[in-house]
Amino acid sequence: MALNIMQLATMFADKHPGITSGHRLCPGCAAPNVAKFALMTAEALGYTPVVGFATGCMEVSTTIYPYTAWNVPYIHNAFENAAATVSGVETAYRALLKKGRLVDPNKKYAFFAFGGDGGTYDIGLQSLSGAVERGHKFIYIVYDNEGYMNTGNQRSGATPPGSQTTTQPVGKKLSGKIQLKKNIVEIMAAHENVYVATVSTSEPMDFFKKIEKALNFDGPSFIAAMSPCVRFWRVNDDKAVEISKLAVETGYWPLYEVERGVYRVTKKVKELKPVREFIEKQGRFRPLLKRPDADEIINELQEYVTSRWERLLALEEATKDKPIR
Amino acid sequence: MPEVKNRQAVTGAQAVANAMRQINPDVVAAYPITPQTPVVEYFAQYVADGVVETEMIPVESEHSAMSAVVGAAAAGARAMTATAANGLALMHEIVYIAASSRLPIVMAVANRALSGPINIHCDHSDAMAERDSGWIQLWAENAQEAYDLTLMAIRIAEHEDVRLPVMVNFDGFIISHGVEVVDFLDDEVAKKFVGEPKVMYPLLDTEHPVTHGPLDLYDYYFEHKRQQIEAMKHVEKVFKEVAEEFAKISGRKYDLLDKYKIDDAEYIMIALGSTAGTIKYTVDLLREEGHKVGVVKPQIFRPFPKNELQELLNGRKGVIVLDRAASFGAEAPLYEAVKSALYEVAVRPQIGSYVYGLGGRDIKIEHIRKAFEDAFSGNLIADEERYLGLRE
Ligand SMILES: Cc1ncc(C[n+]2csc(CCOP(=O)(O)OP(=O)(O)O)c2C)c(N)n1
Ligand code: SF4
Repeated sequence: MALNIMQLATMFADKHPGITSGHRLCPGCAAPNVAKFALMTAEALGYTPVVGFATGCMEVSTTIYPYTAWNVPYIHNAFENAAATVSGVETAYRALLKKGRLVDPNKKYAFFAFGGDGGTYDIGLQSLSGAVERGHKFIYIVYDNEGYMNTGNQRSGATPPGSQTTTQPVGKKLSGKIQLKKNIVEIMAAHENVYVATVSTSEPMDFFKKIEKALNFDGPSFIAAMSPCVRFWRVNDDKAVEISKLAVETGYWPLYEVERGVYRVTKKVKELKPVREFIEKQGRFRPLLKRPDADEIINELQEYVTSRWERLLALEEATKDKPIR
Repeated sequence: MPEVKNRQAVTGAQAVANAMRQINPDVVAAYPITPQTPVVEYFAQYVADGVVETEMIPVESEHSAMSAVVGAAAAGARAMTATAANGLALMHEIVYIAASSRLPIVMAVANRALSGPINIHCDHSDAMAERDSGWIQLWAENAQEAYDLTLMAIRIAEHEDVRLPVMVNFDGFIISHGVEVVDFLDDEVAKKFVGEPKVMYPLLDTEHPVTHGPLDLYDYYFEHKRQQIEAMKHVEKVFKEVAEEFAKISGRKYDLLDKYKIDDAEYIMIALGSTAGTIKYTVDLLREEGHKVGVVKPQIFRPFPKNELQELLNGRKGVIVLDRAASFGAEAPLYEAVKSALYEVAVRPQIGSYVYGLGGRDIKIEHIRKAFEDAFSGNLIADEERYLGLRE
């Protein structure tokens, strides 16, 4: 079955693949669409999704007992163990299939694990790495809103330098977080026997195709989705897609994939816009912009973004037809 | 008594692994830690040799082991794991989640001192740290009991009135690595006894999608905890039923409290695990000298068999409680439970608390005798914690 864009558009409008309306996420939050895009693609391709979630904004807002916004099987266990939990679910699936005890033996299951950046880059990294190394057939999706949003905008390993957070705020003396964002995509790609990709809801076709690839990939997949938090990025409710688009156009969030070590940049931006544009559009950087060292921090980020972009293009060239495994 | 067909000299770890082989669980996730390691090693060999059909997940940590068995059990699989000490502590967060999700996971725990300083030998500090996690705790005295209780644990956990995870505790090294003669059931008999898994609300039933592990705020959380409390209340009845059935196939009868020479006993010692064996031996010696002494070994610590204990201890002269774990700034856990139970009995015995064996320190007949002698001379002080085998 191939992906049909009209079918997807209809599904998006009429149906509620996986996550339904009635959840309590902030209006304009990008996270539910990340889940919806992924689960919709799976359903359109004939899969039945089974979803595991890490503690975070998305989890607490969709399952407030006695209600649930999920119409597919869903499990939340804890903050740092979505990958380990789903590896248990996936293993149970194989065991029950083998023993003939599966309730729906004819269904094509697709196992998804979702986590925020905190649950993925930081506290959940060990369990994610373990599950990917063991080669469970599942798709892990990080919705990256660059901070611990559920607990009120604390710093995470994904927070960019200079962004206002509550645990490393920009102040009179300190310019907030000084470290660059942890490069989770490369960490995951280094597991080698894995399909890894970045996506953004501002590029839906690219997003769908990568999920399709992940579903077809014979092994674990890791998808990093740009997921603006309208609340703490201090942007208007209708700006999540626009900001995501700018993240891609500036090269701040390059769209690419790595399949067993082979790099492919899936959106070749002809001329990258300056990262400053991305920064200036968001209230979370306002305190930084008032600081005397703002230029220094933005320039450093710009240099990093430019060199990573060039490096990605070079890696694409160098790894062409050279899969690691 | 049924004919014994399979009597072997094995370590406790082998006995537990053999029970797991006969159970043939759907999923086992585990991470090695001394002294539990041989359990998963033996089991991994069964998997490698195709002796069991289990899917094994060799996880990267105990936290993930418990997380994966939670996922597997929620999915509808019969899931097991094993650990000890720091491994159990690393699981701690998910140990609670397993119980509150009412998942019938069975876990073997080769009890070991919980660091620090690091120590690999037996005490009960690991299990006691999980005392209030909502798991049923069964306690084995030797390899035979470790084997038997592992089989029984599956039935208790999966019983529809219970649906709670079970920890089978067996003393690290003393039981896990000590070689003993164990009577194994025939594979077919054991298999029939554990039966097919009883699955409720499996995640993989996609026609009836369920949400496991929701956010549960102040409007329902309390009620859900109450349900857990109620489920625990069913355990004693179910334990007895399962034990009855097990006795029929094995000739070995278990009860909530294992009682030794207590009928006319004036002084009763209470202890968990392997030390009960040494106490029984000491009791025999003291009986020869004319002392009316006995031993009570709780076979189950959570739920705590309070009523049975009350009936049994009411009117005795002295009760001596031995704990292989301390509770810093409070009374030792088993002692605290026994003492609290005694508050309600008509004729309260004298009672004394003895902590022993921390970090694997040997407990000897002379130590046990000393504690009994304190009792004989009326020298039990409820408020005083004493130590056996400690260099003062
Ligand atoms: C072991 C543990 N530590 C801390 C927390 C508190 N906590 C819950 S969600 C969360 C942050 C979640 O951040 P992220 O994963 O980025 O997801 P988001 O809320 O941003 O969507 C934290 C710190 C927890 N639940 N468990
Ligand atoms: S706080 Fe941010 S991430 Fe959380 S629901 Fe609101 S917009 Fe989404």
